[in-house]
Amino acid sequence: MMRIAAGIVAATLVLAGVADAGEKLAGRVAVPAIKIEKGEACVAPTGEMRRDHMKMLLHQRDRTMRLGIRETRFSLKNCVDCHASRVTGSVLGKDGFCSSCHEYAAVSMDCFECHTPLEQKRTAARP
Amino acid sequence: MNPDRRQFLGWGAATAAGAAAVSTLAPGFRLIELAQARSPQEAASKLQRWGLLIDITKCSDCDACVTACHEENGVTGHGRPETDAQWIRKVSLRDKRTGYAQTLPLMCQHCEHPPCVDVCPTGASFKREDGIVLVDKHTCIGCRYCVMACPYGARSFVHEAVSGQKADVPRGKGTVESCTLCVHRVDRGETPACVEACNKDGGKAMAFGDLNDRESAIHKRLRTEPSTQIRADLALNTGVRYQGL
Repeated sequence: MMRIAAGIVAATLVLAGVADAGEKLAGRVAVPAIKIEKGEACVAPTGEMRRDHMKMLLHQRDRTMRLGIRETRFSLKNCVDCHASRVTGSVLGKDGFCSSCHEYAAVSMDCFECHTPLEQKRTAARP
Repeated sequence: MNPDRRQFLGWGAATAAGAAAVSTLAPGFRLIELAQARSPQEAASKLQRWGLLIDITKCSDCDACVTACHEENGVTGHGRPETDAQWIRKVSLRDKRTGYAQTLPLMCQHCEHPPCVDVCPTGASFKREDGIVLVDKHTCIGCRYCVMACPYGARSFVHEAVSGQKADVPRGKGTVESCTLCVHRVDRGETPACVEACNKDGGKAMAFGDLNDRESAIHKRLRTEPSTQIRADLALNTGVRYQGL
């Protein structure tokens, strides 16, 4: 149901965008900055990631927390390590991979209330 | 399941594990390998029960364990001891008659029958298969029943927004937390930060190991030397044992 509603909203936005030559839309709501910083491909096809990344994270979360299974493929740490911005080292912020898209979609995201949004490898390498 | 039956089954499992662990096919080749780092795909197992043995006759005034713990887990305070989180602390004891003073590190005792798990209304407080008692902060609602239920005062509530967390140790406002026995290190096959620091900079008072593994150093010491549980009268069967108390 939500997906259908989202589709209708998206279609309306696209129509509105076409009607207004896209300028107003981009002016009112910042278009998400989707910059893939690292790697050839994500852990799953793009369409699947867009639809289901939250399910993957939820599943992995419970397996890691409750069972102690620490596979890296769908772990939040793995997401952050590839998608953190080269400039800030974070997935949050204005052009952050996670935050810009969630802001555009008006979805609040609580992950980083507790988890660090910073990429670890680069943070560790820094003096 | 009443504790007697549970205990009986536990003995059965421990005996089976012990028997399996020592049965060798050829020298150096075992049917089931002894305690070692699990592969990341493998779940924590009931065959193991992680614990600590702390010899407080070797424990002096230093606080290497506390510093190392809070460094490893990114536990930072705001200079407000009343409300700052505390995963491990040094407790001083003094015999009023003789004046004999002792000091010991106190943290979550990783009970077999943890009261914090009993009282948790959401199931956030839980015991992992290998005996490590944890808080699932995704489901913790911050009610703090567990803080009140713990006889060791081991749990803390995070009162203020946190930043600069460690990647392996997420922490956030509105949840309860306590010693995790450095579960992220244990899963990598390492020892907890407090034990490492005590053996490096401290009095070498702390030992970490598998309480179920008859071949482990901690099991041998517990088998042959006297040790005590704090508040043994509560019959919680703690995973942290003390010597010289």
